Amino acid sequence: MMLAQTLLLAEEAHTTEVEGADLILPAPYDLLWSIVIFAIIAVVFTRVFLPKIQKVLDERAELIQGGIEKAEKAQAEAAAALEEYTAQLTEARAEAARIREDARVEAAQILAEARRRAGTDAERIVETAQRQIDAERHQAVVSLRSEVGTLATDLASRIVGESLADDARQQRVIDAFLTELETTVKAEG
Amino acid sequence: MGNLLAAVVSAEATDSGGSKSYIERMFSSDGFHAPSITDFFPPAIFGDGTIFEFNRIMMVRVIAALMLIALFWFVANRAKVVPGRLQGALEFMLDFVKDQIVEPVMGAETKRFLPILTTIFLAITFFNITGVIPFLNIASTSLIGLPIIMALWVYVLYLAYGVKKHGLGGYLKNNLFPPGVPKAIYLLLTPIEILQVFILRPATLALRLAANMIAGHLLLVLCFSATQYFFFAAAGAMKSMAAVTFAAGFAFTLFEIFVALLQAYVFTMLAAVYLNMALEEEH
Repeated sequence: MMLAQTLLLAEEAHTTEVEGADLILPAPYDLLWSIVIFAIIAVVFTRVFLPKIQKVLDERAELIQGGIEKAEKAQAEAAAALEEYTAQLTEARAEAARIREDARVEAAQILAEARRRAGTDAERIVETAQRQIDAERHQAVVSLRSEVGTLATDLASRIVGESLADDARQQRVIDAFLTELETTVKAEG
Repeated sequence: MGNLLAAVVSAEATDSGGSKSYIERMFSSDGFHAPSITDFFPPAIFGDGTIFEFNRIMMVRVIAALMLIALFWFVANRAKVVPGRLQGALEFMLDFVKDQIVEPVMGAETKRFLPILTTIFLAITFFNITGVIPFLNIASTSLIGLPIIMALWVYVLYLAYGVKKHGLGGYLKNNLFPPGVPKAIYLLLTPIEILQVFILRPATLALRLAANMIAGHLLLVLCFSATQYFFFAAAGAMKSMAAVTFAAGFAFTLFEIFVALLQAYVFTMLAAVYLNMALEEEH
């Protein structure tokens, strides 16, 4: 029964000529009252609810924006600090290099100085030694001279003691003397 | 909108005969019109009798889809890290789907299915909400075709992902022979599960949505038609009945807005649950 009625209605709807606005618009009463209700809802929403929600949304947007700005500022600060630190580090490195260079130069100077001083010392020592040697030699010459005098006198007296006429003999005497002299020198060391 | 106005004007022009124009009928009553199932089969605008028959419900669907795309197009192209008002409102909806529907149900799988489920939620919301918007005045989902398509989409999704993950045998075994049950019970349980997985889930998805929208539309039209009748046709004390039916219409409009969102929520939630059941190792 219900189905038959429905089908009949459906049939009716399709057979009655519908055209123009009725094709695309809802039933007039449906449209009218839904507009009224929609208008009321729209007014209440736009006047009461949405402003509140929008306020919250705006506040949130501001909050996020503020947070982002703060973060950006912090980032910028950090970047600046890093830059400063890097600059300081570079400076410190340069200073260290300079100090090292200075130290090297100074060390070279000290070394040169030490070398120079050692050189002078050595020269002085050598000079002193030379002088000492000279003195000793001088002394030796003096003592030698006196000894040679004695020896010469000794020799002369011997030669005179022998016959001076015979050359061969004279020669023998001299040889004997020299041999004796040699042995004495050897014995003395 | 311009087209609508033109149509209204032309309707007035052609209605020179006995029948009243649309505008005239809007502010008068020729008796009480009870809402009927014919509301969901409006006359064709073109293509009458063919598969391409295009009536005002199809038109409403097209408008809803265009509005959804236009709105998100507009906002997505202007999306900023710090959301403005409109972006904030849309983000709220997206977060709602993620936090209230998908994540509690799907957990680790959220990322894979969030786009699909969000699309389903937004589409159904927009198709439902046309039921309370003047000039549209009918939910696009109140004709069963669209709910069927949406339900089929979910049906194919959960079957495809289930079979892809477990293999055909594994999927069927998992779903039709739930473990931890005495073997004899399968005689009873398996036919029920077959019905569930292959017929009831998609069918209930589509029917629940369409039935809710149909009922909502009938309720609203009943209220509006009665208001029209009492306001323009009734005399004396009966006229005050218009206030009652109008208040009811108002309440049901708010209720329909709620139902539109609720049905989108339910549909999406169930889609997530079905997908999750298909993917689960054992249940």
